[in-house]
Amino acid sequence: MNRAVKYGILIFALALITLGIIVGEPLEVFRKAAAVCLECIGVG
Amino acid sequence: MLGGSVRGIPYYVTGIILLYGILFGRLICGFLCPFGFVQDLLYRIKAGKMRVPRGVDAPLRKAKYVILVVFVILLPLTAGSAYGAGIPWFCKFICPAGTLQAGLPLMAVNEDLRLATGVLFAFKLSVLAVVIIAAILIYRPFCKYLCPLGAIYGLLNRWSFYGMQVDKSRCVGCGACEKTCKMDVEVRKNVNSPECIRCGACKSVCPGGAIRSEFSCAKKIIRR
Repeated sequence: MNRAVKYGILIFALALITLGIIVGEPLEVFRKAAAVCLECIGVG
Repeated sequence: MLGGSVRGIPYYVTGIILLYGILFGRLICGFLCPFGFVQDLLYRIKAGKMRVPRGVDAPLRKAKYVILVVFVILLPLTAGSAYGAGIPWFCKFICPAGTLQAGLPLMAVNEDLRLATGVLFAFKLSVLAVVIIAAILIYRPFCKYLCPLGAIYGLLNRWSFYGMQVDKSRCVGCGACEKTCKMDVEVRKNVNSPECIRCGACKSVCPGGAIRSEFSCAKKIIRR
């Protein structure tokens, strides 16, 4: 049972990453990561 | 990210968090998180240490799950800004990590940023001050009570590929593991508790060598 859940989550995670790459989300993430996040530092 | 995504659910980021969580569990909290490291350093300051009474500690530990659901999922999805963009509620109003590790250093060298500070920054500084004082007295209070990422990784601890194991045939029942655990994990009952950050302190004090940590998919290679 534990083994099934473990591999199930792993496959689900990889599927989400693949889906994210297909719809172009990594670019959105890198754009956010490259700029100063004003909310995070307490200004925005 | 939740509120910022046009589609509502950020597949990529969710997938990455789940992937790291299922591979390592809270090993990430123990060894990769920079704010965890800061808290470790603060706890080394020689000052009176305290253990939070169990009756207070247990409900407080659940706060991180409430924060995860309310501030990381529900509010960013439902309450956005006037322009339709989502607000990262947790980062904006609770998380002191960005204030300490980015806000203060950036403001030290950038006058424009210093001029832009206001009530929000004052509020976040006060949150940071409370967390710093708490971290001197209590071991990793942010990890125990507030961190939503720790909550996610904690939920995945019981299934993660990297995990802890107790060999009951070698356990002498001395309880040294539980006495040394600063996260207050009941090691003999639930070694892969959501609170375990895989620091390995229990493993190093076990006189019988009953506790080990390993990647469960590669037992034959890694096991001693």
